[in-house]
Amino acid sequence: MAQDLPAPPAGPWRQAMRSIARNRSAMAALATLALVTLACMLAPLYAHHVAHTDPFTSNVAGSIVLDGHEVDIMQPNDNPLHLGLSPIGPTWHATYLLGADSQGRDLASRLLYGGRDSLLVSSCAAVVCLVLAAMAGIVAGFSGGVVDALLSRMMDIMWAVPVYLFAISLSIVTVSHGLRVGPVTVRADSLLIPIFIIALVYVPYAARPIRGRVMALRQAEFVTAARCLGVPRWRIVVRDILPNVTTTLVMLGPLLMALSLLAESALSFLSLGVQAPAASWGTIIQDGEGLIYTRPMVAVAPGLAIVVVVLALNILGDGLRDALDVRDAARRSS
Amino acid sequence: MMLALLRRLGQTLFVLFGISALVFVVFFVTPGADPTARIAGRNASPAVMEKVRREYGFDRPLPVQYATMMKKLFITRDLASYVDRGELVVPEILRAAPVTASLVCGAALIWVVVSVAMGTLAAAMKDTWVDRTLMMAGLVGISMPVFWLGQVTNLVTQSRYHDTWLFSWVPGLGYVPFGESPLGWFRALVIPWIVLAVMFIGIYSRVLRSDLVALAGEDFIRTARAKGLSPVRILLWHGLRTSMITFVSLFGLDFAQLVGGGALLTEVVFGLPGVGHLTYQALNNLDLPVIMATVMYSAVFVVMANAAVDLLYVFLDPRVRDGR
Repeated sequence: MAQDLPAPPAGPWRQAMRSIARNRSAMAALATLALVTLACMLAPLYAHHVAHTDPFTSNVAGSIVLDGHEVDIMQPNDNPLHLGLSPIGPTWHATYLLGADSQGRDLASRLLYGGRDSLLVSSCAAVVCLVLAAMAGIVAGFSGGVVDALLSRMMDIMWAVPVYLFAISLSIVTVSHGLRVGPVTVRADSLLIPIFIIALVYVPYAARPIRGRVMALRQAEFVTAARCLGVPRWRIVVRDILPNVTTTLVMLGPLLMALSLLAESALSFLSLGVQAPAASWGTIIQDGEGLIYTRPMVAVAPGLAIVVVVLALNILGDGLRDALDVRDAARRSS
Repeated sequence: MMLALLRRLGQTLFVLFGISALVFVVFFVTPGADPTARIAGRNASPAVMEKVRREYGFDRPLPVQYATMMKKLFITRDLASYVDRGELVVPEILRAAPVTASLVCGAALIWVVVSVAMGTLAAAMKDTWVDRTLMMAGLVGISMPVFWLGQVTNLVTQSRYHDTWLFSWVPGLGYVPFGESPLGWFRALVIPWIVLAVMFIGIYSRVLRSDLVALAGEDFIRTARAKGLSPVRILLWHGLRTSMITFVSLFGLDFAQLVGGGALLTEVVFGLPGVGHLTYQALNNLDLPVIMATVMYSAVFVVMANAAVDLLYVFLDPRVRDGR
């Protein structure tokens, strides 16, 4: 008789995978992200073998050979008196494909290097934020009572400070002297500083839905059953709660990374994020601010890169939410 | 109802205390450097350092330091900038506030009107190309860094297309007080308004659409349909009015955060001398008292605005009014 039974339905994860694989826009977003990440990973190859420039040393006096002519990197402006110098615009050749920035450095190579730091900071910030938010949300939602009230009020307090102002305050006190906690010293130009600041300011944003999910789960029958069987609390959290929260975490991941990328670019634009000589898309936009009317490419290109990546992350997050059906699941169980 | 109000008041006071403590801790207890050096600014002389140390009580216990700071911020309001030759910080913030308020109010008007229209239209035409286009446009709006959008707008309106009929009316960057010339005020602000509103239009129209779509399954909507009301009337009168509850609470928080200095990047890009711009200048000079004061005042403002929104709820929502 056993072989007559229908095959068991696919598990929730497999169903979600199938559903997202059918979602064409989510797949396109994933492909875009993979492509951008790969391109940024290959930044050193591009700089050394294609562009033949060092994107980290200033090159204002240099010149390059284009179509057999030697061309200065800093060129006189096209005003009638030829006053002042501007970096070379897009050449559409292998060297200086998108032109140079204010210090005569190859913009295309810097974009790729900047993308490495932007993606690194935003993805690490998203992961750190999720870990912190999961801890806070699970502890608050599962314990309830005084612990929950205390943690929730702490989140309210952090929530009341405008996100960017909070990040700016944290950055300004760390950016000048770094951070010293006991034996650990973090240098002021370390990427760890923006990563942790961005992660911290978005914790309330992520902790709230996690807490709600855990509170709903706490009432679920399988948790009551486990409790009746005398399973210790930590084991209930690890075996019953955590696996059911992962869908929420997975859904929040891309959205948090999108927010982190925007926050990183804003901090870097204010010189509070990634510190020179390292570059990120935000610092390149800041470099380009002074050139916005003469060489708009310097500011426009990194901004476009941010828009493309953040848009892809948002589309992916939407797709994941639909596939994992987090909202419906939450409604059913509450 | 009285009890609910009192409990809310207690919570507000607690959050206010918590925020002031948080800001204090961030600025003065973060390990790394002596807070005296942070207040006094770069290359301060030993005499100035000593004066700062005495004035802020940095040689005394933390609770005393906290009390001194709060007194200087809210009671005597004589917090002075050391970088900017003793300029008093609080009056400076109050002078900048009308600029920020002008910017944020105009942007808020635009984003509320446009996002209600977009969200309702998208919900009414659910799953058609109109819905998909509007929601994709909203997503693009959310994905743009506001300072970059501002720069690109400047590039188009101030430089590349400034001499065409379309943008020749755009004045140079900067602010014109309303009292000086209402038309100049409007012309100086209309582009910053739109740029600031773009992200919020994206967020609000998407939230409103999904709210309206989710409502379609509710009992009261089915009842309205069963008694023969037209779909338009159901959507606009029954649906939209219910969704406004989420909308108002989102709006209260965002509006307050922006007035409190969250519009910093927009103000910087468009050269508007508001509270955010003040913070930005202070950042460049490492002028901590100014930054601390703007952060503290904005947080207080946000808490007050949230309390006001909750009060509004008590009167708007019968469930809250009757104690759930």
